[in-house]
Amino acid sequence: MRTTLDTEWAIAWLQAAADAVAEHRVELSELDRAIGDGDHGENLDRGFSAIAAKLREEAPATPGAAFKLAAMTLMSKVGGAAGPLYGTAFLRAATAVGEATELDPVLLAGALTAARDGVVLRGKAEPGDKTMVDAWTPAVDAAKSAVAAGADVTSVLAAAAAAAEAGATATDPLTARKGRASYLGERSAGHRDPGAASSALILRAAADTA
Amino acid sequence: MSVGLVIVSHSVKLAAGVVELAAQMAPAVKIVAAGGTTDGAGETVLGTSLEKIMDALNAAESGEGVLVLTDLGSAVMTAESALEIIGSPATTLLADAPLVEGAVAAAVAAQSGGNLDTVRRAAEEAWQPSLSPDPDPDLEAEADPAAPAVSGVLPKNSSPAGTSGLDADEVTAELELINPMGLHARPAATLAGALGAMDVEIDINGVDGQSVMMLMTLGAGYGATLRVRATGTDAQQAVKLVRSEVESGFGEL
Repeated sequence: MRTTLDTEWAIAWLQAAADAVAEHRVELSELDRAIGDGDHGENLDRGFSAIAAKLREEAPATPGAAFKLAAMTLMSKVGGAAGPLYGTAFLRAATAVGEATELDPVLLAGALTAARDGVVLRGKAEPGDKTMVDAWTPAVDAAKSAVAAGADVTSVLAAAAAAAEAGATATDPLTARKGRASYLGERSAGHRDPGAASSALILRAAADTA
Repeated sequence: MSVGLVIVSHSVKLAAGVVELAAQMAPAVKIVAAGGTTDGAGETVLGTSLEKIMDALNAAESGEGVLVLTDLGSAVMTAESALEIIGSPATTLLADAPLVEGAVAAAVAAQSGGNLDTVRRAAEEAWQPSLSPDPDPDLEAEADPAAPAVSGVLPKNSSPAGTSGLDADEVTAELELINPMGLHARPAATLAGALGAMDVEIDINGVDGQSVMMLMTLGAGYGATLRVRATGTDAQQAVKLVRSEVESGFGEL
């Protein structure tokens, strides 16, 4: 039973996320090629590689500082919509955890909620629009339920990751209503949303490192 | 010093092109491009970059505030993120405006000394012209030379007979375009810019003479007639300026 997560975890998460994005780079871009402009994997890989490189040079002092570093790097390096979306997610998460050095389940769920709210605010998407919100919203709901049920931090993140994966899979039949894919209308149905897929990868990395 | 503009686009070339176009009409305005992003190898690629936008915001600020215009999708989001990071100051605003038309309209408004709100409004009103100006009742009244200045007012006001709508202080003119290109973008910007700096309400063929976009939507070509109606402190001066510009063929003859 792990009661809190620390800065070491935040750094390990970001590095694991960078590895996962690099590993799935081609797959993410293929998803994006089907319904978008085909650069999601490359863009995200560029951003997360830059995060990993920065983390090798400097060690953030708190989880919040690590999230802030991730936010600024993603916003500057990703290029596509994923940059400001994930950037805002990490920025809001950083604000939510503040100067805390240890994140308990409540703070952790609060950070996930703030991140999701940031994505919603920035992208103006709702659940069902076939966007990363469709992975984040079930993840946040699952995390909150886990906290309410008295789960430890590891279980909270495991629940969030599983819900994000299910949410991403559930975008397959949806018609896109936001982002580049919305230009395709009904032809976007039958493909997984790349942003929801990458969100699931990133949240899985959070759970695996906890 | 005037309000500065930042042009955010996925494309370096597009941002630079919009700057070029807008700067032609507003030589005194700081207009800074923030186009594209750089990949891992330092090559410029399509995308938007927080760093570039932050640098451009600094470069465009000359004390009067900065208006940010963007192209689509992530450009809007990255610009919003940049504003959030600098604390969303009242001196830096994001325009909900079409990039090209909005940038031109904003540049002209800034050039004529508009404050940040005025410049933003100029950019955002650039959405409107696609609706095309009100159908001009003057066209039907063409054959009635007796009351040219008033004919455009009566039907719109639907006021009882006798109140002609002819303001005592209203200054009017009918001017024929004599330059081959007519009232195209550059002269529209010249007029709107100069008129924008005056204390005047001026209507040219049913549209606001202080709006470059509205003037361009008139599509007034060679030989077309401009019916000018102005009220306000600078009405005389405003009509005189339009007359002198039109009669000189906007300097194109």
